[in-house]
Amino acid sequence: MNSFARSIASTLALACALLAGCATTQSRVDPFEPWNRAMYQVHEAVDGAVIKPIAEGYVRSAPEPVRTSVSNFFGNIDDLFSGINHVLQGKKERAGDDFGRVLLNSTFGIAGLFDPASEMGITKDKTDFGITFGKWGAPQGPYIFVPLFGPTTVRDGTGWLVRIYASPIGYIDDVRLRNSLFGLNYLDTRAQLLSAESVLEAAALDKYRYLRNAYLRARRYQVYDGKPPAEDEEE
Amino acid sequence: MICRWMALLFAASLALTAQAQEAPDALVKRVAEDVLQTIRGDKDLQAGNQAKVKQLIESKLAPNFDFTRMTALAMGKNWRSATPEQQKMLTDEFRTLLVRTYSGALSNYRDNTMDYAPLRMNPGDTDVIVRTSVRRPGQAPVQIDYSMAKTPDGWKAYDVIVAGVSLVTNYRDEFNDEIKRSGVDGLIKKLTDKNKGPTPK
Repeated sequence: MNSFARSIASTLALACALLAGCATTQSRVDPFEPWNRAMYQVHEAVDGAVIKPIAEGYVRSAPEPVRTSVSNFFGNIDDLFSGINHVLQGKKERAGDDFGRVLLNSTFGIAGLFDPASEMGITKDKTDFGITFGKWGAPQGPYIFVPLFGPTTVRDGTGWLVRIYASPIGYIDDVRLRNSLFGLNYLDTRAQLLSAESVLEAAALDKYRYLRNAYLRARRYQVYDGKPPAEDEEE
Repeated sequence: MICRWMALLFAASLALTAQAQEAPDALVKRVAEDVLQTIRGDKDLQAGNQAKVKQLIESKLAPNFDFTRMTALAMGKNWRSATPEQQKMLTDEFRTLLVRTYSGALSNYRDNTMDYAPLRMNPGDTDVIVRTSVRRPGQAPVQIDYSMAKTPDGWKAYDVIVAGVSLVTNYRDEFNDEIKRSGVDGLIKKLTDKNKGPTPK
């Protein structure tokens, strides 16, 4: 794994450990709200000045089939990890679909650039280590907003670390190729978020709050397989 | 002449009854496919021509939503403490906000295809959830559910649940916080200011 990803990973690990340590006395979902809001400001500034324009340029200049193939390529690696996590969650049939997708798309789909599995009706179903930990009973811990990476929690952030360490791209020896792939993966993810971001911009009275609440609800929904227990209406 | 009028009236009343009796899942499918077809066939809509997008939403989507109920649900317990005038202003502003939000997003939907889950509904049910899922090339499908209630004007949606996130519930947090900070009038002002701001792209 390259040193950049590694240093991000260890910083995240440290942050998670610190936050988890402080968190034991707090009960609310976002005990570090002032800090998180500051990080959100940092994110908006840096992302808005550098990352977002690049992502928009990518969407404007790269033809759609090319972008779809880029998404498919990284999505194929995601499917592999979804499969592993579905096994860890005890969903063997779903895991079989995920591994079947990887097999089909890696071969007939030319290293994942195309998605014949979806055409054949084997749909994609994303899951990750954060959801697995949640199903195992790990509490989500405090909410954290990480600039340039987005919303997460102690539990989900730990899942990211596992994923970053395990990513096959990290094991590529050619440094330039490896970093290009990491960069392209990031760009692809960012570009996919452009339309969701414009919805957030239009819909929210307070973007930070709206994003946090939507993120936590979506994660909760996944941990409970679409049947989350009722929330308390009042805080 | 009279015969012709009678026939017309008869046809019109038939059409009306057909509409009133349209099942909620059939309604969602008809409207969604209609809107997707319209977008696919119109370069202006794909380019995000705001006037045209807004017209499409007002003519095809908005009539199928119960905005008063959505606003009341998003207000939660605060709804009853609001005066009828405040309730009306809130409903108008919230409706405007939602239409504007949709206007910004709609042109992105050209490449989407929708799947419709079979509806589980007993005869006599007046409140159902219509489940759909949206497929986009290169991405995992997103589940979008519509909570719908039977009204005298046919079925109307009162909540949209995207990937498990209820629109109404998410706004309840927003509204609650604003009301705690600056009261119902503060929330109305916040909504009005937001709606007066630049049109989102």
